[in-house]
Formats: sequence, C-alpha cells, structure tokens
Amino acid sequence: MFIINCPYCGERDQTEFSCGGEAHIERPKQPTELSDDQWAEYLFMRKNIKGIQFERWNHIHGCRKWFNVVRDTSNDKIHAVYKMGERPPLK
Amino acid sequence: MNNNLRINKNNFIDQTVRISFKFNGKKLFGYKGDTLASALLANNIHLVGRSFKYHRPRGIMTCGSEEPNAIVQVGNDPALTDPNVRATEIELYEGLEAFSQNCWPSVNFDIGGINNFLSPLLPAGFYYKTFMWPASFWEKYEFFIRHSAGLGKSPTKPDQDLYDHQYVHCDVLVIGGGISGILSAKLSAEKGLNTILIDDKSYLGGSTIYQDNDIFKINNETSNAWLKNQIEKLKKIPNLTIKNRTSVAAFHGYNYLLARENLTDHLGANERKGKIRQRLLKIRAKKVVIATGAIERPLIFSNNDRPGIILSSSIKKYIDYYGVKTGENISLFTNNDSAYETAISLNKSGVKVKVIIDIRENPSSILSEKIEKTGIKILRGHTITNTDGYKRIKSIDVMKLSKDGENVVGNKTTYKCDCLGISGGWTPMVHLFTQSGGKLKFRNNDNVFIPDENKTPSEQISVGSSNGDFELDDVINNTVKKIKIFLRLDKNDYENLDIKCSKEKQKRNIWLLPSNKPTSKSKPFLDFQNDSTAKDVKLALREGFKSIEHVKRYTTTGMGTDQGKLSNMHALGIIADTTGTNMGELGTTTFRPPYTPLTFGAIVGRNVGEFFDHTRRTAIHDWHVENKAEFENVGQWKRPWYFPKNGETMYQAVQRESKAARESAGILDASTLGKIDIQGEDASEFLNRVYTNAWSKLAIGKCRYGLMLNEDGMVYDDGVTTRLGENHYIMTTTTGGAANVLSKLEDYLQTEWPELNVYLTTVTDQYSTMSICGPNSKKIIKKIIPSLDLSDESFPHMSFKNSKIDNVNCRIMRISFTGEHSYEINVQSNYAKDVWEKCIAAGKEFNITPYGTETMHLLRAEKGFIITGQDTDGTLTPSDLQMDWIIGKKKYDFIGKRSLYRSDTIREDRKQLVGLLTDDPNEVLEEGAQLVESLEKPIDMLGHVTSSYFSPNLNKSIALAVVRSGKKLKGKKLIVPMENKNINVTITDTVFYDKENKRLNA
Repeated sequence: MFIINCPYCGERDQTEFSCGGEAHIERPKQPTELSDDQWAEYLFMRKNIKGIQFERWNHIHGCRKWFNVVRDTSNDKIHAVYKMGERPPLK
Repeated sequence: MNNNLRINKNNFIDQTVRISFKFNGKKLFGYKGDTLASALLANNIHLVGRSFKYHRPRGIMTCGSEEPNAIVQVGNDPALTDPNVRATEIELYEGLEAFSQNCWPSVNFDIGGINNFLSPLLPAGFYYKTFMWPASFWEKYEFFIRHSAGLGKSPTKPDQDLYDHQYVHCDVLVIGGGISGILSAKLSAEKGLNTILIDDKSYLGGSTIYQDNDIFKINNETSNAWLKNQIEKLKKIPNLTIKNRTSVAAFHGYNYLLARENLTDHLGANERKGKIRQRLLKIRAKKVVIATGAIERPLIFSNNDRPGIILSSSIKKYIDYYGVKTGENISLFTNNDSAYETAISLNKSGVKVKVIIDIRENPSSILSEKIEKTGIKILRGHTITNTDGYKRIKSIDVMKLSKDGENVVGNKTTYKCDCLGISGGWTPMVHLFTQSGGKLKFRNNDNVFIPDENKTPSEQISVGSSNGDFELDDVINNTVKKIKIFLRLDKNDYENLDIKCSKEKQKRNIWLLPSNKPTSKSKPFLDFQNDSTAKDVKLALREGFKSIEHVKRYTTTGMGTDQGKLSNMHALGIIADTTGTNMGELGTTTFRPPYTPLTFGAIVGRNVGEFFDHTRRTAIHDWHVENKAEFENVGQWKRPWYFPKNGETMYQAVQRESKAARESAGILDASTLGKIDIQGEDASEFLNRVYTNAWSKLAIGKCRYGLMLNEDGMVYDDGVTTRLGENHYIMTTTTGGAANVLSKLEDYLQTEWPELNVYLTTVTDQYSTMSICGPNSKKIIKKIIPSLDLSDESFPHMSFKNSKIDNVNCRIMRISFTGEHSYEINVQSNYAKDVWEKCIAAGKEFNITPYGTETMHLLRAEKGFIITGQDTDGTLTPSDLQMDWIIGKKKYDFIGKRSLYRSDTIREDRKQLVGLLTDDPNEVLEEGAQLVESLEKPIDMLGHVTSSYFSPNLNKSIALAVVRSGKKLKGKKLIVPMENKNINVTITDTVFYDKENKRLNA
C-alpha cells in the first residue's frame, strides 16, 4: 500500500487513488484513417513491465485530477509524479 | 502419576490466584500468568490432539505461535466458539473451556487412528492420485473427504463480539519485545522519536527475561536482572507506546503494517462484556525495526512426533517462566548448545536429566563444561534412531553416528524417559522482512536464511536473532551498532557494556537423521500438523516435482495453520540434499501474510451489517416506506421494487401496477438516475464526441436519447440529455453507471481533450426525479401546474420546460421510458417529497399508481427498450442491439466509432438482441436460460434470455434475448431447455407493444 504525492494535494494514501494503466498512449486524432491493426495497437496493446513503468493515476477520492506517475513495478517505488501534459522526467 | 508438576519458586506466575478451567470436559486448575499449554502440562497432560491425516496422538511441542499440534477449539457457544486456537498462546482465564480437535469420539480413543496403520497406503498426493477418476464420482467421494478433513468447527451463529480498526502513525515501529527490540525502542524513544513497541506476548523481554543463568551476564548482573531494569526505565519514557498481545500480521510496502491487538481474549466472560475484542491496527511508520526473534528447529528422526517430545527451548521456558516441569525424567537431543542451557535450568529446578544426545563430536563450551560437572551424561556423535510410546513418549533408541553422518554404527541403547527435548538449531523469523520486499541470503555455517543488507527495502532494519545473531554479545552489540546508524544516534550507554556469555564452538547439521531401520519402516515427521514426512518429500522429488513451491503443495508440507514455521527449513534441506543443490540457490517458499492467522472479525472490523456499505436513499424514501414498498438494492441505492397492496405477491403487484400505468397513470421515483450538469462553450462538441449520435443541432429546450460506447465499440451507458441553454446541458445516466460515466468523461476532458472548455458537475443527489406516465398523465400535470401549456405543439415529446409547482422551481421533461405519454418532473431534492405528495393527491381521481423498478422493467420490455447492464454485458455493439439508427454516420469521430467496423465487430454471427415469444403464452422464461436449436448432443448454445416477463397488457409472456446471428433469425423456432422441460420459443421483433409509438402522444 503505497503513498502517492498528488501534484495538486500532496502525499496521500494509495486508497484515495485509482490507476488508469499505462501513460502516454495518445488517442489517435484520426481514428478512421487507421487500419484494423493500427487501431488494435492503440486499443488493446499495453506494456506490463517489471521495472520502471509510466502510469496514469487519478486522485478519485480527492481532487479527481488525473496525473502521471513513474513507478517501479518490482518494488512500488515512485520515482516521479507529474501533471498531464508535462514532459516525462526520465523518458 | 504425579499430577502436579509445578515448582514453587517463580517470578512470573502468580500462584496466589488460582484459575479453574475445563479441558475436554474435565475440570482443572492453573494460575494467573499461565497459558492453556502451561496449565495442561502442569496437570501432566501432554496429549492434546490428533494429527490431521494419520490421527496420531500429538502433544504440546512449543511455547509460542509456531505450535503445530496443540491447537484447540475454545468455548462451545455457537456464536463465540473459536477453532484452531494455539494452546501455547491463549492465556488462562477463569472459566476457559477448550476441546481437542480432529478426533472422534475422543482424543484418547480416536477412530481415525486407523489411518496410522494404513499409512503405507496414504503417500504424498494420495487424494490427488486416488480420487481423480472417474470424474463423475467426485460428488460421491466429496462427502467423505470433506467430512474427514478440516480442523475445528466454525461457529454456527453470527459473531457477537466487537472488533475495531485504528490508523496509527509513528516515527519508529519496533516489532518484537525481546532484548534487541527493547534496546532499539529505548534508543529510539530516548532520541525523542515517537516510538511504538509491539509484542505478541503479555509481557516484555522475550527469552532473556527468564534467562537466570550465571553464565550470561551484563555489567555483572545476570542478563534477566539487567534487562528487567532496562524495561522499567523504558516504560517511563512518555513518547513510547507499548502494545502487548499484539501480533504484526503483514508488512506491506512503504512501511504500511497490519497488526492485531488482542484486547479481551485473556479475560473471563464477565470482564469481556461491552469491550472490543480485537483491534486491527493499520500502521504507517517512518522507520521499522524488525526484532522478531528466532524459532527453535526440531530434529527429524523416526517417530519424532510423540506426545512428550518438546522443543528444548520450550522446556526451558516452561520450567523457568511458568514453573512447570514437562516431565520428571527428561532427555535432551541436540545439534547445538541451546539444549545445554535447558539442562542447566532443569538441573537447577531439581528435574532429572538422564542423558544429552548431541550429534556433534566435540561440542565443548562453557555450557557443556558446566553440565559435565553436574554428572549429566553427554553422548557425543550420537543420534536417536527411534522412539517408543503411543500417547506419551516412553523411551528412545540411541546409536552412534558414522563420521559422515549418513549412517548409524554400533549397538543400540535404549533410555527410558517421559519427555524428550529436541533442538535442531534456530531459524530467524524473516517473514515480515520478506513480506516487505526484502531478499534473503543463506549463511552456510549454521544453515540459516538471513536478511540481505544489500537487498533490504529502505527505512527498515532487522536486528537480533531475526537477523541471525544468536549469542547474547552479538545480539546486543550488533543491535546497538545498527540502530545507531539507522537512527543517526550519538554515543549511547549501550556501546561499552561488559557482556559475558557462552560461545558455541562446533556446529553440525543433518537435516534427516539416519536410522538403523529401512526408510519404508520409519516415520520422520517434517510437518507435524499436516502429517507430511521426509519420505513424502523424497517421493515427490522422485515423481518429478522440482520446484520447492510444487513440492510444498504436493506434500502439503508447511501448509497448515502454522504455515510451516517449524517444518519448512527441514523440507528445504532435504530437497537440497536429495537433489545435490545448495540451499541458498534453492531459496525458500514465499512468506505470505498473515504471520499468524487473523480472525475474520478483526479483518472486517466495524464494517458489518448496515455499515458494510453506504446506503443511499432518495428524498422520497420515507413516503415509499410509509406506503409499504418492498425495496431493491441497485448499486448503493434502495429503490422501491414494487408496492404490494393487501397481501399481494410481487407478481400480482407488478401486474396491477403495469396495467394501471398503461390504462390511466403511474408514478415512479426515478431520482437514482445519474445526473451530470454539463456547461461550457464546447459542451455540444463534447457531447458529439462522447455519444454516438449528433448533438450540435439539438435545439435549446429539446431532449435526446444518447448511447455511449467504450473505445472498443461496446455499449457502455445510455440516457436522455436535455439542452437547457446554449452552453448548458443536463445528462442522465443509468443508476449503476453514474459514478463511472462521470469518471470516464472527466478522464477524456482532462487527458485527451484538454482544449475543450467544458465543466462537469454531478447533481444526482441535488435533484430528484419523478416520472408520471399513462394516458391521464397530462391531466395530472395540468392540475398541478394549470398555467403550463401542455399542447403537443408547445410541449412536444422529447422537449423540456422550466416551470413552478407552487413556488418550487422545476424542470419538466416530456420523455418516456414506458412508451406512454409521460412527464419527468425534476426538483431540488429538499422539495421532492412535497412535490411527490402533490402529484399523488392530484392523481388520486385517476387512480395514480406508484410503481417500482420491476414494473418499470416490464413496461420498457414491452417496448423493447434495453437496460444497459441487463440486456447488455459489455460485449454488444449498437448494431448487435439493432440500434443502428443511433449511429451518427456522418460524424467524423466519437468514442468507439473506429471499433464499429473492426473485422470482429462486423461479423454477422455475433450475438444480437432479439425478442422471444413462447409457444405457450403463459410460459414465462427464466432470465439467463440458454437457447438452442436442437437437443442433439453436442448441443450448440446459441444465446441466452436477458429479460423476461408476463405482460398484462398483451396478456402473454414476452422476453428479450441475445442470439447468435439473431437479426437474421426472425420467425425461427428455438428451444429453451430447462431442468424438467423444454420450452419452445419463436424469435420476434424486439418491440412487442405499440410498434407505431401512437401512445406517446395519446
């Protein structure tokens, strides 16, 4: 059970948040121009890394803001937290 | 036989307070400070239970939470009885009643004992191998297997005890109140850190507090006297909290720990009343010190499980702490120096120790020298090959070990004894360390897994014997050194103590001791609770199991309620020896929480009954209760299900309500529908993107039904949205989907479309909604708001008007989920009950009939309207629902659009929504029933029924279903096979009633 430093509210218990999966997967601007395979790549394919993973989190029982988290999935250590639209710090 | 084995002199047991208790119905006495185990031993009772598989007699083996055998049922109250309680942990209280488990008819005569003689037929994996086939016989085996399996009996009535949860925060949490924990807590608290010290026992000081032995001295005091002094000082420090009788169950990441505090389990029934029984502490600590100690290992030799065979250190605790002799003729069997300390304690208390058998060739130390002076015989380089005695050990067979330790040589000597102490060395309790993510390393010279300093999660350390320091000087010096760095301390009082103790000189370890008997005739037990032997582990290896996790599950070694605290190391050792692997490479099985079993009560705390979940009630709820509504749970909401009159059944009430709604007027509390207020200059564009249909051209004052998809093209939610102003809409969602829809919309706005200027606010609770439907609904609204123009020209279907009912502002939508002419009145929730009552009063002359969710479902099914979540299940596209009309074909994009023409979603043989009529109009199908074309095996399942009712307005049974290629199958006959009959049905259109929608404007 980790502690997340919400960029808007500060450190809060994990139970206040919900995870939205892998970050930096942009919704295609022109979906109709994509092939089935390209659309499926966006729709279904997600990384499940043991190690550093970029994730979306939502402070769902708090400010309800979405933001990004860089988490090591092998030990839950959080290396960075940054707002939506901000540049990933380690990428 | 002497039934009082209590010695007089004692510091820990209050012999002035006598306590009576019952064991297996027999009245016995103990003293304040006893555990059930120490009191039983004082009464010379060793036999307390039967083993799980062979039903062998088993006795008390330890003095703590690692106890595998002495697990008892406490109490016989059907609500309060507690199974699987360790007799070594439960403190004695007046009136305690305990019973042996896993035996019938009694612990002394157990019919299951026959299994012991059948044991050659019951090898590892016996159940897997025997009851595999024929598969259809499982039902017959199951009864007998279930009957003979399981330990203890569950309570049959709801638990009446109170449990609690508490969040706790501290700078430093010290787990374990032994000497290293005491020093750590004291150093931490003296530095001014907010410190918590937790120990599972009722006292502090671990095993040092009763180590009254001249060989062990600190600053010229015996170790126990010195430690007692430290504890007295410790208790005076204000920023230190001591939690006794508290066991840490789990150590999660970020120093989040769960601990169970026992508050009343040691009290008599009268003292417990009104008190909280157990409290689950949810601890967030900045730093954690693990000082959980070590557990003594048994030795593995044939028949090492007889009552009277006890861990050597436990014998020492029983004599030194509880003042109880575990026997009057005790022998000791060891591979290390600890047994000598036990011998000194026994000798001092006047208990005869006949012989110490030591597998080591030359175990000389201060301890052994002292023993030799007392005249106790020491057999070096020897082993026990067998023991005798059924319900209590009677004798041991001793032989000399060969140099390599693989065989026994020479002649067998038999020694009589009534108790045997065994010591196979020590296992550090690294459970919590590994739970927190720490990795272990293997220390070869004494075969222990200890925390790897380089693979320890930050902000925690392990100290004392849980860190592999077993001798007094190492324990103190290393603890103090580590704590100093960990807490960044300056110089302290403990750095230059004068410590005297015995040092172990020789080590020898043999995981499975040899015997003069063939393996097939020996019974060297590894896991005492689950009855797995060294032979079982070897068999598993021969049968091809290699992973330790597989061997564990196949043999069930380490899978009892003790989770293998005693047995796991030997199982690993035997696997390593047999396969020729180094134990360090083999690793351990995973240590999972909880460390000791938790009660369900502690886990759920106060979250029972009405506190289990939030209950949401509409503003009109009280009226429903007054009018005898039956309620249905929809998400967290209580919704009126139906309103029975004069003892009607649900069916009768729903038939009456449904007819009334179509013939005159019905009223529904629809307040639970999700309501989202949408504002901003891009609100129309936003709706265009989230719904499948077009929104830009919706005029102000108009309403539109919308279907929302996931990106995968599957229907997610639906509802009517109304344009209140140029940049202002109110969206309704399904009751259950409200929270998720809001989250989803917020997600898109914040992450994908931040350029849109749109604001979302949930107003579900702020507005209440009542829907009045039926041919007389217009007359009722006219009575309530005479000034409102209700003509179809001014107020057509799918439009909205702001109005007032008396002085209450309201929004009135002309929308319909029943197919009838109907109005939805939305008012602020604090006026809702009043407005509802006005509607009821105005509708009285038209027999306005309140109806619940069941009638709502029936009426919409007559019209073929879907309910998302009932007729859909996340696998249906709009096209599957025959709702192609709602796809905005000209729209460039919306959520899920691209998925609607993926190769999978355009398949024609997808499951599609259809209507069903039964050949017998009175036959009502069961929702969830399967649909097939023919009964010839193998039967191909084509789909299932999603909604089914008897329609009073059509006077026949109707149903909706999803069927493979359903759209093409109109008119096709299918079969619904049920348990006792097959029902013939025909596929139809989904709309059963008023196909032309004439009634909307009736």
